[in-house]
Amino acid sequence: MKSISLSRKDKKNLIRIIIALGLFVVVFVTDKVIGLGNVFEGKLSWLFPFSLYLVVYLIIGYDVLWKAIRNILHGQVFDENFLMCVATLGAFALAIYRGVTGKEIEGFDEACAVLLFYQVGEWFQSYATGKSRKSISKLMDIRPDYANVRHGENVDTVDPSEVKVGDIIIVNPGEKIPLDGVVILGASSLDTKALTGESLPRDVEIGSEVISGCINLTSQIEVRVVKEFYDSTVSKILELVENAADQKSKAENFITKFAKYYTPSVVVVALLLAIIPGIVTKDWSTWIYRALSFLVVSCPCALVISIPLSFFAGIGAGSRYGILIKGSNYLEKFNKANIFVFDKTGTLTKGNFAITKIVSNGSHDEVLRLAAIAEKDSNHPIARSIISSYNGDVEDGYTLTNVAGEGIVAEKGDDIILCGNEKLMKNHKIDYIPETDVGTVVYVAHNGQLVGALLISDQIKSEAKEVIGDLNDMGCKTIMLTGDNQAIAESVANTIGLSGYKASLMPQNKVEEVEALLSAKKQNEVLCFVGDGINDAPVLMRSDIGIAMGGVGSDAAIEASDIVLMKDDLRGLTLAKRIAKKTMGIVFQNIVFSLVVKLAILILSALGFANMWLAVFGDVGVAVIAILNAMRVNSKYKKEE
Amino acid sequence: MKKVFKLEDLDCANCAAKMERAIAKINGVNAVTVSFMTQRLSIDADDASFEDIMNQVVKVCKKVEPDCRIIR
Repeated sequence: MKSISLSRKDKKNLIRIIIALGLFVVVFVTDKVIGLGNVFEGKLSWLFPFSLYLVVYLIIGYDVLWKAIRNILHGQVFDENFLMCVATLGAFALAIYRGVTGKEIEGFDEACAVLLFYQVGEWFQSYATGKSRKSISKLMDIRPDYANVRHGENVDTVDPSEVKVGDIIIVNPGEKIPLDGVVILGASSLDTKALTGESLPRDVEIGSEVISGCINLTSQIEVRVVKEFYDSTVSKILELVENAADQKSKAENFITKFAKYYTPSVVVVALLLAIIPGIVTKDWSTWIYRALSFLVVSCPCALVISIPLSFFAGIGAGSRYGILIKGSNYLEKFNKANIFVFDKTGTLTKGNFAITKIVSNGSHDEVLRLAAIAEKDSNHPIARSIISSYNGDVEDGYTLTNVAGEGIVAEKGDDIILCGNEKLMKNHKIDYIPETDVGTVVYVAHNGQLVGALLISDQIKSEAKEVIGDLNDMGCKTIMLTGDNQAIAESVANTIGLSGYKASLMPQNKVEEVEALLSAKKQNEVLCFVGDGINDAPVLMRSDIGIAMGGVGSDAAIEASDIVLMKDDLRGLTLAKRIAKKTMGIVFQNIVFSLVVKLAILILSALGFANMWLAVFGDVGVAVIAILNAMRVNSKYKKEE
Repeated sequence: MKKVFKLEDLDCANCAAKMERAIAKINGVNAVTVSFMTQRLSIDADDASFEDIMNQVVKVCKKVEPDCRIIR
């Protein structure tokens, strides 16, 4: 069985509620069976049931009474404690009035039951919010508690904030990496799930950069610290998540504003309801009773609590998948997002060049072997991709000449290798077959004869097509911005099904393009820019919602963007969109549900169809249902793990 | 200067909203949010009189929600 853990306060209140409930049932049942009002004869017979119910009332409600008195002394009048007191004490007063005037003795039980019911609701509300808060904050449990710093032979355990750049820290298996750094000894696997949502462990060895917040899995490593704690990834992320509550959504602002006016207006209406019909009909007790029911419904807590909770749950659900949303306003806006502008390199494509096709007359390996010789010393990404694809030994002894804008000529005696573009081939009068596929083509010729050609291109991310397709299905426009030429841009756009693209852009043109799109869009449209966070901070800031991908370790990206996808995976976009939709749906349901139920109960009690019991449901019952509804976001996205 | 404080025993969301409104009225406070969910108070106030302002904040909170403590 799962153990239920309660906070001390919740436990204390639960015991109190159970005792009061037990007593209430005993008193209530005896009252109904033998009629407590008839036990004693005479004018003061109402005193007996009154005192019994009063004991129960005080056990269950002493804190509410005390808080109400204290708050009035502090000048806080329209407070739910006060309202509950007025309502229940009012009900008592009506019952006493009946007793004194010699009518049938009843109504004491109701005052008690209403307060009891209210306390049960309050307890459940406190339990539910406490629980949801805990389950959400648990996700953000990435803060390291200590660091093991090595000073020569000694190892000291200190607070991460005391560690300086350049210190050597030791991370044992099972421990969190406390600060960003570089591995200098050992090799291990890291669990990055808490940061990125990626479930596969990441292997690290000497020279690998490691990020704070990851958990070391297999063996001890030593790490040289490169960032102080306040600058480390884990601090940045925690700061971001903790500040997320500062950015309030329109829905939240609406609710707090509404709450400010709601309670006083209901109280005023209640007063009018007690006085005016009372004067007209002279039936004071009926109308006072109705007015008291009014007061019970007047607390706006269901709304005020459930809306931020829904957003919080949505943000929490996102962070479980490595989607950091910087505020509920962005979640609200992202739900409406319908124009997605993508940076190409590093966002839609992997950003690393690789050989995608080899054409040759003979062996593919021969083409690679010759190309590797020529490109051996070059640092160009294209050259690196050739060298990394060739597994054999690279022959030495060639004199390499770089011909700018054409390629490389490698000579050893009369052995000549040409490796370059069409121009190089033409200038050396090599008969070549032009390659028509899109990408960068490198022709390789050996001693005047064409050996083959390599087609090198940036690889499209495997999930890009699926994600763009989903976004298109959701009715979003998908536009790609790239510095590449028309042919490459068109090919990528067609392959993954983008609805538009702009090619041959300089980095500064990207801001202009986004500005143009922003001014062309309609009022209610929302433009998102998705980039890898490198060099696109201005665009990220300028767009309605800036989304940085693969943001782990890049401060600029985390700071400039509104949503950060920690994992370099485009599927985060559609997931975030689904979470946003779900959250906003729940927010809407909660607002409508609470308002409709409250309004209905107000009208029913004014007309005399609803009693105080129903009114209490209108207060705490609605709050609890709204809280449970809010938690659906969280539980839905828990199961998918 | 912007600072974040932890809150203890902040029990109801409406109280958080009330605290927020009351703190916002203090002279020298530029921005304030009281988050019921994270149980945090984040306040942006003038540097020079920050301590003074914080003392007032504590006083105001005592008035609105006596159970809630600001951990400084």
